Amino acid sequence: MTPVTLSHTLVVRVENKPGVLARVAGLFARRGFNIVSLAVAPTENSLFSRLTIVVDAESSPLEQVVKQLDKLINVVEIQELAPTESVARELLLATVQVNDGQEDRVMKNIENFEANILNVGPQKIMVSLSGDVNQVDKFEASLEEFGIIEIQRTGTIALASISNS
Amino acid sequence: MLTNGGKALMKNLEAEGVEILFGLPGGAILPAYDPLIDSSMRHILVRHEQGAGHMAEGYAHATGKPGVAMVTSGPAATNMVTPLADAMLDSVPLVCITGQVASGAIGSDAFQECDTTGITMAVTKHNFLVTEASEIPQVIHDAFHIATTGRPGPVLVDIPKDLVDPNNPASQFDDYEPTGHDLPGYNPIIEPDPEKVREAAELILQSERPVIYSGGGILKARAASQLRELAEMLDIHVVTTLMNRGGFPDDHPLALGMPGMHGNFTAVTALQEADLLITLGARFDDRVTGRLDGFAPDAKIIHADIDPAEFNKVRFANVAIQGDVGKTINELIAALKQLQQTKQHPDRSEWKSTISGWKERFPLVYDEWEMGEGLKPQYVIEQLRDLTPDDTIVTSGVGQHQMWASQFWHFNHPYTWINSGGLGTMGFAVPAAIGAKAGVPDRMVWAIDGDGCFQMTNQELVTARIENLPVKIAILNNGYLGMVRQWQELFYDERYSEVHLKPDLPDYKLLAEAMGCVGIRVEAPEEVQPAIEQANEIDDRPVVIDFRTEASENVYPMVPAGKSNSDVIVHPSQETS
Repeated sequence: MTPVTLSHTLVVRVENKPGVLARVAGLFARRGFNIVSLAVAPTENSLFSRLTIVVDAESSPLEQVVKQLDKLINVVEIQELAPTESVARELLLATVQVNDGQEDRVMKNIENFEANILNVGPQKIMVSLSGDVNQVDKFEASLEEFGIIEIQRTGTIALASISNS
Repeated sequence: MLTNGGKALMKNLEAEGVEILFGLPGGAILPAYDPLIDSSMRHILVRHEQGAGHMAEGYAHATGKPGVAMVTSGPAATNMVTPLADAMLDSVPLVCITGQVASGAIGSDAFQECDTTGITMAVTKHNFLVTEASEIPQVIHDAFHIATTGRPGPVLVDIPKDLVDPNNPASQFDDYEPTGHDLPGYNPIIEPDPEKVREAAELILQSERPVIYSGGGILKARAASQLRELAEMLDIHVVTTLMNRGGFPDDHPLALGMPGMHGNFTAVTALQEADLLITLGARFDDRVTGRLDGFAPDAKIIHADIDPAEFNKVRFANVAIQGDVGKTINELIAALKQLQQTKQHPDRSEWKSTISGWKERFPLVYDEWEMGEGLKPQYVIEQLRDLTPDDTIVTSGVGQHQMWASQFWHFNHPYTWINSGGLGTMGFAVPAAIGAKAGVPDRMVWAIDGDGCFQMTNQELVTARIENLPVKIAILNNGYLGMVRQWQELFYDERYSEVHLKPDLPDYKLLAEAMGCVGIRVEAPEEVQPAIEQANEIDDRPVVIDFRTEASENVYPMVPAGKSNSDVIVHPSQETS
């Protein structure tokens, strides 16, 4: 059974100009399209930036989102990435409580997820994990047991899969 | 050769063919107003920046050329927000130049600073904040390109003061002529897909009850003659939305007039009962469709538009054709001619006689009256229509007077009707009329206005007098915010909340005279004709006629908000039961 798609992942190439992010964010706000996550950074060509926008499918009819985005003069190219035809990753950073006696379980959990340890202090540890959204969700859930002090996720970034043809 | 930002701004506006600027100077735009003295462009000094914006819109509607407004920063830019939003919703090509505080002061809450590009992002097709003086020629070239191509719209260019100041070294740069555009994300599709055109032609030939639903895109694409050719070739009736009045002649046997909330019964019902809507440059606005799930329930939709975002936005399109609507119609005519060699459409005589029956039974009417009784606003419009040249340009504000003007005028030529359709901007009529007159000075221009609307922007009559733009204003003065009064009568149990304006305060005749115009008051039907004839004779200054009309008059037909178009309320005299 195919899972119900609750979101669409759009990869949007834009001109690297001041205010472009505001134009995109403003468009979503005024048209009532809800953003699940948005990541942006310059591309290999410094004239362009690439955004990965995950939009809530229920509030946002995909055809309208794409066409309205395309009307923004600074938007150059829009790809909708199907999960089966793309690679998506998200990075999580978290500072986690490590209470007395919990050390082994915390370390075991980190090992299980193949997460990285970035920073260690008294009764605290900072970890990172990059993976697909499901993995990152599971990892975040596993950390709740110990106590999450701070967490930051990047939101999804994605590229189209390399075609084998 | 070395130039500076201010000089370059003027030179490049001239290079874009600008003949008239509507504007008002102020601190941040001061350096740009200095080289204007040496420019060939005419500047029309307004009394409020909103007036400059609506004049530029009126000019653009009347001439087809982009309207240009130039104002300063801060409050001037915020006063421009309404015209920009108006132009956005009605797809009017507009270029607006705003001054900005000096580059180094941006973000410091400087005097008359506001985030103009941030504020206007949602109400422009695109906007620019110039960051280097040398960008000015290219940005101006791009701004006109974006405003006038694809789906037209307003473009704003915000220029910091230091970049147009000749005393600032940073405003100096080597002059150049912009060639082309580096806009990788902007490629409007003009040519229709032949495959889609063919599908549309086939749907047309299958249809038993087709109607052409034509919108403002026809006028924007300057495609009125193509529309007529298509309608005549197919012998299919045409409705013209509020934005396309004049885009198909009202005196044509196939004309059904305006559809929608206050459309005439036949136009509304023909759309409602059709099995195919040939939608040309229209966008299924809620004022046309009424309750959406009850709109044209049996109709398949052909939707031709330059803006693909209109497809399936409101109503699913069985065939969507992206491209210039004039080219689309030409292609459609060619495809139909080819198909008709082998196929014939079904018999449509029953549909045609049904439409004729509606036209006969439900013409536009209003209460019967006799001389000596109160003055009917519809009568004033009929008299204006009959006593002015056929190519008179009519502008209007928003409300009852606008609907009556659209209903009772006969628009037989394109670009004779200028109004605020999408945004519904009260106060549009007077400045839009002035802008239209500036663009086509040889034509008679009448603004049909309401007393509520007139009070929002009438100060621009001073501009009109000084600039020798003799427009004529007919105020249908019922002493009310009339459309709101009508809704309160019909849907709020006659509880009239904050809608009464005094018909004699201000004294419109004296107000007109104070602004250098001729003021005339008309209180009885028999005074209407002489007053209009007197106004028509005056060509050296604006004229304002204060028509004291009956306050209780309502606009019919009416589809109440939230109701289906099948529930259209006709004039009481036409009710069957």
